[in-house]
Amino acid sequence: MSVGTETGTEHAVRLDGVSKTYGKGRTALLALDDVSFDVRRGEFVSILGASGCGKSTLLSLIAGLDPLSAGTIDVSDHRVSLMFQEPALFPWLTVAGNIEIALRMRGVERAARRERSARLLDVVRLEGFGRKRPHELSGGMRQRVALARALAQDADVLLMDEPFGALDAMTRDILHDELERIWRERELTVLFVTHNVREAVRLGDRVVLLSSRPGRVLKEFPVEQRRPRRIDSPQVAELASAITDELRAEVSRHGR
Amino acid sequence: MAADTGVGAAERVAGLDRLELGPRKDGGPGVWARKLWKGTWPKVLAIVIVVGAWQLVVLAEWRPVFVLPPPSRVFDELVRVVPTASFWDSVLLTMGRAATGFGLAVAIGMIIGIAVARFQPLRAAIGSLITGMQTMPSIVWFPFAILLFKISEEAILFVVVLGAAPSIANGLISGIDYVPPTWKRVGQILGMRGFGLYRHLIIPAALPSFVSGLKQGWAFAWRSLMAGELLVIVPGALSIGVRLQTSRDLNDAPGLLAYVIIVLCVGIVVDIVFSAADKALRRRWGLTV
Ligand SMILES: Nc1ncnc2c1ncn2[C@@H]1O[C@H](COP(=O)(O)OP(=O)(O)O)[C@@H](O)[C@H]1O
Ligand SMILES: [Mg+2]
Repeated sequence: MSVGTETGTEHAVRLDGVSKTYGKGRTALLALDDVSFDVRRGEFVSILGASGCGKSTLLSLIAGLDPLSAGTIDVSDHRVSLMFQEPALFPWLTVAGNIEIALRMRGVERAARRERSARLLDVVRLEGFGRKRPHELSGGMRQRVALARALAQDADVLLMDEPFGALDAMTRDILHDELERIWRERELTVLFVTHNVREAVRLGDRVVLLSSRPGRVLKEFPVEQRRPRRIDSPQVAELASAITDELRAEVSRHGR
Repeated sequence: MAADTGVGAAERVAGLDRLELGPRKDGGPGVWARKLWKGTWPKVLAIVIVVGAWQLVVLAEWRPVFVLPPPSRVFDELVRVVPTASFWDSVLLTMGRAATGFGLAVAIGMIIGIAVARFQPLRAAIGSLITGMQTMPSIVWFPFAILLFKISEEAILFVVVLGAAPSIANGLISGIDYVPPTWKRVGQILGMRGFGLYRHLIIPAALPSFVSGLKQGWAFAWRSLMAGELLVIVPGALSIGVRLQTSRDLNDAPGLLAYVIIVLCVGIVVDIVFSAADKALRRRWGLTV
């Protein structure tokens, strides 16, 4: 696929011929088949596909949570963190505690944990909410805590699995701005999974479209519009509708 | 428009947060008093109904008064007995047994619970064994316990532990089983494994279920203990059970009923403690509204 040929291009993530089969024998399910693409350092890549096409599978493979069936994934010495659609915060901990646990697992000293969790709460604009319990926050705020927890791992590659899928449009819109800002400030590499075409275009430097059953890379769309973009701008809508057509064709292929 | 400064964005985020969180609901002292009253009046009414019905049955002279005394006689007996040292000796003896038995059951239940949750092969075998044990009235163990340990404290403890440990183990096992998979994935991503995984994720996540197990285990322990104190009378030990027996032997109905009321009160007080723990936990987790 699109391999950066210019010298000096650094890759944060390289996928080469990645396949994943669930189960064995007659019930085996080929979830991903020969997926190859590279993600440059500091790039924001949206991964788009119909429901069940293997997007979550792909991210858990990159995060190293599941073994591959074939191929290789190279994240070299990058730290990878993963965020889900649900914030999955621990209810027995405070908001700050949820961030500190990530630091603690990395062996950060207690005093430093305090200080760094406070700073991370500032980054996601939740200063002063550290002593609250997760259930006292709104959905969007919880998702920002989850983002702060992911940042606490000092990851430079952030994998996001439909992180704003459960939020209302207004909240999502604002979180897009926030995510874009944090991505810039911290020079992160982001792989952002979504089934929302406009969201993919709004955020990505590039949109990777996956096919369904098995998941393959169907097409890649570079997004050349200048940032910051608006999700309801005509340029975003235009590219989004081109991608939607492609996606529709792919889905109806399965209807036949 | 889109090219906002950071300040504008910050205000937007803060504004949305404030809107989503809604107004703060503050409870003044008035609200607190109303809550207390709301919790109290059903209990007061229950006592009134029971005492009233009791008094009616006595007035109807269904049984002679020396067998079924009126509430006032029993109340006088309570007032006489409760301040005495020998009464407190009995309560301490019985509660000491309860604490030892329950403590042992907690330790054993936890060991079994963690072992079963960790090792799959144990699961099928011991899992159903535990469920079977839970269905058994623990009183049927007493004859065997007396054979094993003679008439002794150990016989009583044995049955108390058998009664309580399965519930405690079960609470822990189901707590561990139902840790949401996404929490486990988060644990994996954060790099938790082995003992740390248990300490930071599995055990705290299983806590609510464990507390319900403790509560149920206590109920079984208390029942087994009362059965035990009536059946296994250890010479020289003046427990609450022995007091009940002696009152019956002496045809002392007021004394007997006074001790029945004490048993009821202990049960209620301990239940209140467990319920409070359970409620505090649920509030912290946001499981209540
Ligand atoms: N642990 C698993 N075991 C078996 N099949 C799975 C498992 N996880 C996912 N799948 C299957 O793999 C396919 C892709 O799933 P997933 O990666 O969750 O898709 P997406 O995130 O794009 O909706 C689906 O058909 C799903 O049923
Ligand atoms: Mg998914």
